[in-house]
Amino acid sequence: MMRMKSTDYKALSVSIVLLLIAICLPWIVGDFALTLAVNMAMFTVLATSWALFSGPTHYISLATAAFFGLGAYTMGLGVDHLPFWLLVILAGLFGAIMAGIIGLATLRLSGVYFVIFTLGLAEMTRQIITYIQNATGQKGILISIWFEESTFYWMLVALAALIFLVGWLIGRSRLGFALRIIGDDEEVARHSGINTALSKVLLFMIPGSVAAMSGAIIAPRYGYIEPLIAFTPMLSFQVVIMALLGGTGRLWGPLAGVIPFSILWELISASFPNQTTLLLGLSFLIIVYLLPQGFVGLLLKIRAKIGDGRGY
Amino acid sequence: MKKRMFLKLSASAALALSIGAVQAAETLKIGAVAPKTGGLAGGAVVSFWPNVKLWAHDVNTRGGLDVGGTKYMVEIIEYDDQTNPGETIKAVQRLATQDKADFILAPYSTGLNIAAAPVYARYGYPMITHTAISDQVEELSNKFPNMYFTLGGASGLAEGVVDVLSAMKANGDIGNRVAMVNVADAFGIELAERAEPSMKAAGFDIVYKTSYPLGTQDLSPVVKGAKDANPDAFVAFSYPPDTFGLTKQAVVESLNVKAFYTAVATAFPAYAGANGAAANNVLGAGGVNADDPDFQAYMKRHEEVTGEKPDFWASGMVYASFQILEQAIEATDSIDRKVVSEYIANNDFDTLMGKISWDENNNNSAYWTVGQWQDGVFKGVASTGREGAVAPRLKQGWE
Repeated sequence: MMRMKSTDYKALSVSIVLLLIAICLPWIVGDFALTLAVNMAMFTVLATSWALFSGPTHYISLATAAFFGLGAYTMGLGVDHLPFWLLVILAGLFGAIMAGIIGLATLRLSGVYFVIFTLGLAEMTRQIITYIQNATGQKGILISIWFEESTFYWMLVALAALIFLVGWLIGRSRLGFALRIIGDDEEVARHSGINTALSKVLLFMIPGSVAAMSGAIIAPRYGYIEPLIAFTPMLSFQVVIMALLGGTGRLWGPLAGVIPFSILWELISASFPNQTTLLLGLSFLIIVYLLPQGFVGLLLKIRAKIGDGRGY
Repeated sequence: MKKRMFLKLSASAALALSIGAVQAAETLKIGAVAPKTGGLAGGAVVSFWPNVKLWAHDVNTRGGLDVGGTKYMVEIIEYDDQTNPGETIKAVQRLATQDKADFILAPYSTGLNIAAAPVYARYGYPMITHTAISDQVEELSNKFPNMYFTLGGASGLAEGVVDVLSAMKANGDIGNRVAMVNVADAFGIELAERAEPSMKAAGFDIVYKTSYPLGTQDLSPVVKGAKDANPDAFVAFSYPPDTFGLTKQAVVESLNVKAFYTAVATAFPAYAGANGAAANNVLGAGGVNADDPDFQAYMKRHEEVTGEKPDFWASGMVYASFQILEQAIEATDSIDRKVVSEYIANNDFDTLMGKISWDENNNNSAYWTVGQWQDGVFKGVASTGREGAVAPRLKQGWE
């Protein structure tokens, strides 16, 4: 049993209050805000789980779309045969297995090679599914079940809560400690007797599994699954951008990126429907120049300055 | 300097006032959501967006929609969904609740329509789709009674090709050797799957069959393989990039067939533009009654107002779907979505594509399936019951 410090209790109670507010949201806000909230919840799930791996290890994974699509197809192909919740769990399992296999094959690669591999992965998975469809002569899959917007939202919030819990536990575990060392200096970690490859593979399974589960949950919302929809590469980039905007140094960092980014994105797409991509690109540039460490970095800097007693 | 500024200001104020006077009529807010970026932007920019502009222009220049004596000008609120169903849902939701749109035009493509259908249903918007192609319309229309289908299904499009080739064979114009290829992606797969058994049943011998991944750059092996099999007809269930690529290769290899068919985007004006004389007598998916004066007038207006040519398949149907909405509003003298929906369900409509009527699944069962480039115009040669089909011609070389 791990011992909890007083700051842990404080963090825990704040988290519970925030979670309760998040749960009550569908009764408070209107339909449109709820649709926005579904998107935010989805990206919170994806970005937080992404940062669990990429934060400490500094490996940039662009494989989110691959796992998301895998989950969406698990739901699409299974929905007429198995219960919904079972398929979500299965999707998570498939995602973890795929991440494990990929991790074993690639996590010995460093830095840029890993980025390129994960980018290729989404495309490869899409091609495999297309190949299977070509062999079976099946087009897009119509998904026969559908939920209310609030149901999608609650499922995603529940998943997000689970990820925060897992992230918190990992942070306190030997694995979390090992990963921080790997992130600082992999060579040192190896010399200290840490099985670096195994630690990275284990952690990589989390975003893989979570992204697949999100894909499975979201699939009925889209109602129709085809490779173009399930494997949109944009998704992988959005997740990375939101996580980095928030900052990956803290568990809540990505959340601090998802919320402002979603609002910004909404403002851009509502006000400038003809220039979305252009304005998005400009926002990235500004973010990278002004907030290299994300909101977390900014906040910590401010706090440090105040702590120094020279808050100017 | 100051005086000039004052003059400028007063001039613009006067202008604003006069515009205000003209637009004293009521406005009807119409939402439009489709890709301007992402995977399907290329198609939407040709077939969808110019029609939105043209329709608003047409309605407003004749003084607006007549709703029981009150004139309603239409105001279009448009959003880019980036070919992403999550964004389509969000944009339609935004139109319904934030912009309080009176009506929302249907989104672009099968997948984006199905994703948005629950939102249309929740707020009671009639959803007259123009580019949703599905063989599962029965299931969809049961689930979404306000959803209508106009462009046809994969079975019909595939059968159309077989019918055209069978007629040529019966005339003794071609033999029974067919090379059939398809792009290994959604629609290409489905068409090939439907066509193969029908081809065999019609007595054709499929002498070459292959598929290639979406985005394949080098299509010369596909065309060379077909050429080696010495076919009488070449059928490709293709997507825009490979429709162009296969035609180019066929010219390079001077593929000697009497019937040459490529699927999606053959009906685009850019196809004739890119291939010049080589496009003549090429068969493709879609078609229109190109000799119909209504359609010709539409083509002319389309080019004048938007600066672009319409395509010879979806463009006309996109505009026709707007006409259905327009006619329902004017006929019921109402902008109440429930009343308008009720009218759409129970009536036939005269559009530039001809008469549109619904079967028990809210589906327009009479649609164009195959067209052919004949001297610069892509004319319908086969349909599931439309008037105005012309006789298909044989392909004679590539010059």
